[in-house]
Amino acid sequence: MYQYDELDQAFVDQRVAEFRDQTRRHLAGQLSEDEFRPLRLRNGLYIQRHAPMLRIAIPYGLLASPQLRKLADIARRYDRGFGHFTTRQNLQLNWPRLPEVPDILAELATVQMHAIQTSGNCVRNVTADHLAGIARDEIDDPRPYCEIIRQWATLHPEFTYLPRKFKIAVTGSPEDRAASEVHDIGLHLARDAQGNIGFTVLVGGGLGRAPVIGQVIRDFLPLAELLAYLEAILRVYNRHGRRDNLNKARIKVLVKTLGVERFREQVEAEWQLSRESAARLPATEVERVRSFFRPQPYEALEDFDASAGREPAFQAWYRYNTRPHRVSGYRAVFVSLKAHGQNPGDMSSQQMEAVAALAERVSFGLVRATHNQNLLLADVRQRGLYEVWLELERHQLAMPNIGTLTDMIACPGLDFCSLANAGTLGVAKQIQERFDNLDYLYDLGDIEIKMSGCMNACGHHHVGHIGILGVDKHGEEWYQITLGGSANGFTALGEVIGPSVPKNEVAATIERIVEVYRALRAEGERFIDTFRRVGLTPFRQSAYATHPAAA
Amino acid sequence: MRRILRRREIVVDDWTHLGEDAVDGAALIVPLAELRKDPGRWWQWSGRLGVRLTPVDRVEELADELPRLDLVAVEFPTPVDGRGYSQGRLLRERLGFRGELRAVGAGVRQDQVFLLARCGFDAIELTDGEDPDAARRALQRYDVAYQPGSPETAIRRQRFFA
Repeated sequence: MYQYDELDQAFVDQRVAEFRDQTRRHLAGQLSEDEFRPLRLRNGLYIQRHAPMLRIAIPYGLLASPQLRKLADIARRYDRGFGHFTTRQNLQLNWPRLPEVPDILAELATVQMHAIQTSGNCVRNVTADHLAGIARDEIDDPRPYCEIIRQWATLHPEFTYLPRKFKIAVTGSPEDRAASEVHDIGLHLARDAQGNIGFTVLVGGGLGRAPVIGQVIRDFLPLAELLAYLEAILRVYNRHGRRDNLNKARIKVLVKTLGVERFREQVEAEWQLSRESAARLPATEVERVRSFFRPQPYEALEDFDASAGREPAFQAWYRYNTRPHRVSGYRAVFVSLKAHGQNPGDMSSQQMEAVAALAERVSFGLVRATHNQNLLLADVRQRGLYEVWLELERHQLAMPNIGTLTDMIACPGLDFCSLANAGTLGVAKQIQERFDNLDYLYDLGDIEIKMSGCMNACGHHHVGHIGILGVDKHGEEWYQITLGGSANGFTALGEVIGPSVPKNEVAATIERIVEVYRALRAEGERFIDTFRRVGLTPFRQSAYATHPAAA
Repeated sequence: MRRILRRREIVVDDWTHLGEDAVDGAALIVPLAELRKDPGRWWQWSGRLGVRLTPVDRVEELADELPRLDLVAVEFPTPVDGRGYSQGRLLRERLGFRGELRAVGAGVRQDQVFLLARCGFDAIELTDGEDPDAARRALQRYDVAYQPGSPETAIRRQRFFA
């Protein structure tokens, strides 16, 4: 993985010193809360319902074991011994104390980590496919380009105070595993006729209050022009994006207002005019960064079925929690953070330490955070899988439910977040309890539930096969359910099934929905495909205990 | 006496904004809208002339007049309104403005000055109550940067170049 050079290290150290001074001024009453807010947000610090929340960046989801160990140590010493992995491959601490945050950031800097630009109206953590570098269908590894963009975007003098937050995802495979079409900018690695690397550029996607799927504004952008082109997009947005209404300030609104054609013309014109003065991306710099992402020193091994002759519990885990690898003899292993009875994405310090040690033994000392709120050990020898399973089982990290209904995404919701309208964790628990039978889960197959506690859509509910959105109805928590969303491969936004349901009815409603699927599915047909074939109506008719009009 | 930060030094401001007491022959900063309203008057002004832009003003429209201006002031109404950073870079890099580029307004505070200087602002008129000495030190908060930028800061090492 990427290693900081002297510049990177000096930068994060100086950033910590700056934030320490800003925090000191705030605590001394020299910076009001209003003045301090944009500064702390750009260092990942929110003020939440109970306490500050610190969102630590995990660039494109990649962590080395010493970094994961440091996160465990910080969670234990400065928080309550656990952290929460998010859909943007970051880690959130829910109970840090404000005066200690500069110390936490200083600790992070000792292992080449930070919390820079994980919140605030600026370019956020750049995300990537969690199977980057090991997927069989990959055109090129997206992570070097994520790292280049991370550096370019870090404290960018022109683009640190944008109209609204700005999210970029890079994907290297035809199958989009990074939800790139619902990002402000999605970059798809591509090759031109001569085999040169470049990007298809999408712009204007986003979830939140008014979800939109991104549109292509350039079919092929040569690699050398990457930063100049990003700069042109950001400049058009920074100048013309709305600042009078926070709900209309995302780039998607500007693209929609101008129309994608006019937006493209403005970007292309800006790019032509600013190419000379924009940051260049020389081939030597690309090579320098790429050199940190070379394939691991794999052994020459044969593929074999590691599950043959093993007990059913291991076979289930093998089937659901491991994935093929481009190198024979290896598989990728999900570390499930979706054990029933646990908050999705939560992980204790002890579990982090166990996974850090395990990764050193079996996966080149690297761990990945996925946007589905699990971890991944990317490079595990097939012949070592059984031992890995035993070790993960020992730490309650082997729940064999990846890709099933209970591998759901959930934001922290009302229990932690001051923006939320409704709780998500209680609902997650309710769903886990109702769907606690693994055979039933396996029969339902590939179903994605995504849940957000408010319109800001941190839980990506719009693109869940089943989306759940918490709403506030006269001070009570209700839940609006959507069906048919998808962010993988074919991006689609879910359709609202009908009136929202009260909290205690969510899991029962979902059960009625999946029973409709079981009744209507063709042989081997996935939930999402049945939905696309039959449409919303049959689901709507059966989803409610009583007729929807009465609800 | 207003003190401003100009090229890393704290100096007494030798410019006057329209609306302040301007004696004949003073260096005067006039809002763009005012300049457009009464061009005959302001272009004949007896002293040096500067123009003040709001965040919605298009800098490109000033292209032909820039050689006759000694100063362009860019307004930052709040610390989080980032449009002026683009205006500043465009004035310097695209329109080649070589006069004084000054950040003004309620959003100009010590925590902004590093970014402002990287975008080409060589003069910083802090909002009331901000300490010029602290702002001068803030210019030195970083000695490394990833992006290209103007040499107003003390950057010893940089990743990307124009």
